[in-house]
Amino acid sequence: MTDLSRRGSLVIIDTDRTLKRGVFYVIEARLRTMMHWIFSLLTGSLLNPFFYLASLGIGVGTFINQRAGSAGIDGVKYIIFLAPALLSAVAIQDFMGEVVFPTLQGFKWEKTFFAMNATPLTGRQIALGTYFSSLIRTIGSVVIYFAVLVGFGAVDPARAWPSMVTSLYAAACFGAFMLGAAAHAENDDLFLNLMGRLLIMPLFLFSGTFYPISSMPLPLQWLGWASPLWHATELGRWVSYGHHLSGSMIAIHFGYLAIFLVTGLLWAFNRFDYRLSK
Amino acid sequence: MQNEELIVAKGLTKKYGDFTAVNEIDFAVRKGESFGFLGPNGAGKSTTMRIIAATLTRTSGQISILGKDPADRGPEIRAHLGVVPQQDNLDQALTVTDNLYIYGRYFGLPRKFVKSKIDELLEFAQLTDKRNAKVESLSGGMKRRLTIARALISEPEILMLDEPTTGLDPQARHILWDRLFRLKEQGVTLLITTHYMDEAEQLCDRLMVMDKGSIMAEDSPADLIKKFSTKEVLEVRFGSDRNSQVSDQLKTMCERIEVLPDRILMYADDAELLLESIHRASLHPLTSLVRRSSLEDVFLRLTGRSLIE
Repeated sequence: MTDLSRRGSLVIIDTDRTLKRGVFYVIEARLRTMMHWIFSLLTGSLLNPFFYLASLGIGVGTFINQRAGSAGIDGVKYIIFLAPALLSAVAIQDFMGEVVFPTLQGFKWEKTFFAMNATPLTGRQIALGTYFSSLIRTIGSVVIYFAVLVGFGAVDPARAWPSMVTSLYAAACFGAFMLGAAAHAENDDLFLNLMGRLLIMPLFLFSGTFYPISSMPLPLQWLGWASPLWHATELGRWVSYGHHLSGSMIAIHFGYLAIFLVTGLLWAFNRFDYRLSK
Repeated sequence: MQNEELIVAKGLTKKYGDFTAVNEIDFAVRKGESFGFLGPNGAGKSTTMRIIAATLTRTSGQISILGKDPADRGPEIRAHLGVVPQQDNLDQALTVTDNLYIYGRYFGLPRKFVKSKIDELLEFAQLTDKRNAKVESLSGGMKRRLTIARALISEPEILMLDEPTTGLDPQARHILWDRLFRLKEQGVTLLITTHYMDEAEQLCDRLMVMDKGSIMAEDSPADLIKKFSTKEVLEVRFGSDRNSQVSDQLKTMCERIEVLPDRILMYADDAELLLESIHRASLHPLTSLVRRSSLEDVFLRLTGRSLIE
């Protein structure tokens, strides 16, 4: 056994450079971690849209198209109506999963954030690194999903490609909020239960994903209006096939989602700093 | 400069509401020395370590680490520290190599440097054959060695170890001690908290004995024993009922005694002679043991309590 070679951290570390690049180092580490299950990530990203489009888009779609006749749903075939909503839903869900689980792992399960905070990294850099690595992963999911939608004829790629941008925008906004929420959660079991039962399911079911929310009773429509997925879906339908939106509604959709982005990031910064220095 | 003080604390205090975890302590750690915090659980050792590690803000007092104040220059200070926490916080799903790699990158070290350093650290920690194993498959001792290797990837100026051998078997402890000796020989400043007196004696040049957030004494292990205990100790057992009955008589025969629930400790420079005098007085203990004084005796003297209760 040989002794360690040693020049000392004062010589080998460029402190100023390191302090500036903390977010980048966290992103690099997260992406390297994701590479360990890249196969299951890719398989999931491909199979998920395939099953949804085959069962809902084609199966349920055929039935609905027959009933709706030439008027269609919102003036288009059901699968075209459905596609932007599914794209937004998968973007939001993937982003949410990518910020929530690493954050719970970091603070509760393996306490890896405390190991990271023993290096020059700050709480804010760890939060932002987690956030941006989730964004990169979600870009991958959205692009694959969009490609499958094109394969099924659910979107016209030349026209509908901006729906990838609106989906990612919504995911990035709501993901910031979930980053703050996960960093706040002291009781991980309770948090995951609440997230699964009171957030993901209603988000998916009452946001106009499968039918226009105007067809729901008014009290349930409120749920849809509050849901970030509905705002994302409206924007996605607008850019994909020309779903009518007034200028003010477009501003409201973007603005409403932006509130999640700003409050979520501020909440996350606060909680990361607090929990790492408690 | 071997006498350079890397850490200087004056009146350092940490409070949580009404509870004072660290109470106005003063100390200084010199470059290249191995400095230990000795005390029972709840003494304030880990809190002090976290303040030094620039991950916990103090309530009052002053502290300077590498000439900087952790309150406003925490990340700069942390760039030159290696931290081994009480509980391993490795990424369980990653391999041994990946844990070292990503940690090295957090310090901004170039990829090429990190890769070559990993080979060296794996050999140092005797984990070369486990380089591609996932952390979750390692034994407790291996995880501990990996955590230490991880803390060394940035060649820190100060290596901080919080209870480094808790939960390890004797063989794993000795391997770790050997590695820490080697680091000390290379001039790495070591900061160690422990409640094991043998570990403190083995590893530390200087010790700060803490209890209830305060410093009880500070010196080298040998000088602490010299100051606060006798050369030898005689441990006698008369049975739990008789221990207290004979204690008054025993008190007159030596410098000091401590009556513990299961045994009596008698302090004298020549414990063999003391044992003979006990026998001559027709006090026949059920068992007797002559040993040299240890830091446990120092702690008992200073606090009136045993280190491990």
